[in-house]
Amino acid sequence: MIQLTIDGRPIQVEPGTTVLEAARRLGIRIPTLCYLKEINQIGACRMCVVEVKGYRTLQTACSLPCADGMEVRTNTPAVRAARRMVLELLLSDHQVDCPTCLRAGDCELMRLAQETGLRSVRFTGEKHPARVDTSSPALAVDSSKCILCQRCVAVCREVQGVAAISLAGRGFASRVVPFFDHELGEAACTYCGQCTLVCPTGALTEKDDTEAVWAALLDPEKHVIVQTAPAIRVSLGEAFGLPPGTVATGQMVAALRRLGFDRVFDTNLGADLTIVEEASELIQRLRSGGPLPLMTSCCPGWVKYAEHFWPEFLDNLSSCKSPHQMFGAMAKTYYAQKMGIDPAKIVVVSIMPCTAKKFEASRPELAGSGYPDVDYVLTTRELARMLRQAGIDLAALPEEEFDAPLGISTGAGALFGATGGVMEAALRTASTWLEGEPRRLVFTEVRGLEGVREASLTIAGQELKVAVAHGLRNAARLLERIRSGEATYHFVEVMACPGGCVGGGGQPLPADGPDSLPALRQARVQAIYRVDEAKAIRYSHENPAIKQLYAEFLGEPLGEVPHRLLHTHYHARQPVGIRVR
Amino acid sequence: MAACGCGGIQPDDPRFRELDAFIDAHRHVRGSLIGVLHRAQELFGFLPEEVQQHVAQRLGIPPSQVYGVVTFYNYFNLRPTGRYTIRVCMGTACYVRGADKVLQAIQSELKIQPGEMTSDGLFSLEVCRCIGCCGLAPAIMVGEEVFGNMTDAKVPEVLARFRQQAQGGEPEPAVAAGKEGAR
Repeated sequence: MIQLTIDGRPIQVEPGTTVLEAARRLGIRIPTLCYLKEINQIGACRMCVVEVKGYRTLQTACSLPCADGMEVRTNTPAVRAARRMVLELLLSDHQVDCPTCLRAGDCELMRLAQETGLRSVRFTGEKHPARVDTSSPALAVDSSKCILCQRCVAVCREVQGVAAISLAGRGFASRVVPFFDHELGEAACTYCGQCTLVCPTGALTEKDDTEAVWAALLDPEKHVIVQTAPAIRVSLGEAFGLPPGTVATGQMVAALRRLGFDRVFDTNLGADLTIVEEASELIQRLRSGGPLPLMTSCCPGWVKYAEHFWPEFLDNLSSCKSPHQMFGAMAKTYYAQKMGIDPAKIVVVSIMPCTAKKFEASRPELAGSGYPDVDYVLTTRELARMLRQAGIDLAALPEEEFDAPLGISTGAGALFGATGGVMEAALRTASTWLEGEPRRLVFTEVRGLEGVREASLTIAGQELKVAVAHGLRNAARLLERIRSGEATYHFVEVMACPGGCVGGGGQPLPADGPDSLPALRQARVQAIYRVDEAKAIRYSHENPAIKQLYAEFLGEPLGEVPHRLLHTHYHARQPVGIRVR
Repeated sequence: MAACGCGGIQPDDPRFRELDAFIDAHRHVRGSLIGVLHRAQELFGFLPEEVQQHVAQRLGIPPSQVYGVVTFYNYFNLRPTGRYTIRVCMGTACYVRGADKVLQAIQSELKIQPGEMTSDGLFSLEVCRCIGCCGLAPAIMVGEEVFGNMTDAKVPEVLARFRQQAQGGEPEPAVAAGKEGAR
């Protein structure tokens, strides 16, 4: 153990601990900007400088390992002046339009300026040329807000293994860009949006579609339906000051009704529908010999990633559309017929924890009814903004119920929000069907937050090998093992975002900074399991609304109508700079 | 810069095979990227999109990262370069001894700006930091040769030698000029 003092307080740490981590353990907050624990520790921004006795210059606490006898001071005149200077220099090359910036209120740069007591910026001068990239349907880039902290670059490379963006150029010409300065829409970007969760400023954000949804809500000709993903109810509360992990389903429904949606439905029903189709597909593939492993396809970030980097596995992907797309297809066919509404007048808005869903909804092949399944996708953050614009305080609302019949869902549908959830929900139904009766409800083997989890189950006397990965770099590790033949599975679940959808790129930003993301994901995952446990029905195929849907409209799972409306296909894509084998 | 950056190089260009031999000999060396890029630039004269993508794939490095390295170092070119690359040193020593006047003279003689190539493809012009000949300041490089104690008046003479050389008029000259400068 290493002994040192920080601000006169002694502490013992393991060798290799940084001064920043040691200070955090003592409850001493050293401001950081470029630091992302274990992901980006590059000492680039120099916000975290400290004085160390015997060192001639200030040291970056994030990259300085503790040493025996070290005497660190985190709050001296020199340190304070240096931190202010860093901020002054950053702000001198920053588009300071704070009141109208999307990140006003939760901007880390602004918060640090306040915390360090910066009251004016002494420097003015040339600003780097602004690069505004709106080429993708999911993400928006405004480089005039970029401070080159490289957290986005690190997340994209280290967590997702995609490396769609990199720091290019040097000095004043430095910029975060895709390969060869191409636009994001042409790049290997999966639109997962993890970069937007760690961007300290308004440089990287979701593409804002709130105005289009306001317009639809105000159009008297339109019948505007909203559906909410499983992960929204366990995260939306955070944007209104409720503690992480709060289940706010009832308030969320009430809030959506007050916004003016004609019907408030539940993507969880779409998830149940997905399970009925996907469990059928699994059983069919097990019986007909493949292609195996069956790989889940609910996650649009994962699907796009596979289309870029793993085209050889596209036949393994389940042909099932994702739950909100299935839901949209049902809204514009079954629901439209039942209600006698012209599907052309139906607008389906999906509230998703996800930026990639915006891209998914724009895929031309997802319009089997003749109309796009989903018209607009809003992230959790965009919904929170709309609610604030409408003066609706989620926390103060009474609890209300989803509308029938497309608001009825099971605990299995709820599980989709957490990594391993699609797997577990599918196993519940598939094992019941294979064994002739429901023998198992909970599959703890596939739960947890390990990056890759695998399990060997025995179902109806047969071995079923399954694997779950979340975070695309973990997915790549798993796929590599499958490709090499080192591992074989029958069923694989992949979610692009760490933690699954609860950790989605469209979720509320971490109020305590990006280092609190793991704890946030944990709290939201636990909330997902509470939603499941509170449901009377916990098998997707037992959902009465789903049974009615098949009886009245769909016929049999994997049948002709489901094939047309609930299934899709994938195609290899060649983003700039990537040529796969 | 979203336009095609392939530089007109086709995937079946035989130089890729030569590059691959080099990459395969060095791929297991950590940090081999810069060496590979040097070799690629030797072969192709510059590093267009097609070449960077090839290097990335062969080395198993993300193309965005390769691009980051290429754009970080002044030495690497994204655009085709002339037969002779003129590098004007603007390091501190050269700068205080009048490198800007030398640069001006080259610009007006060749009618190009730094980063550009003459229309006849003979010269391209770069500005660089310290080429390690501070004692000869101000210094320039033409191709691999160093010319020290440069003045604006010497510029036409130096350029003329290379024009002549290009026409095959004079056998490998200019070395002498470099050595003269060194004295």
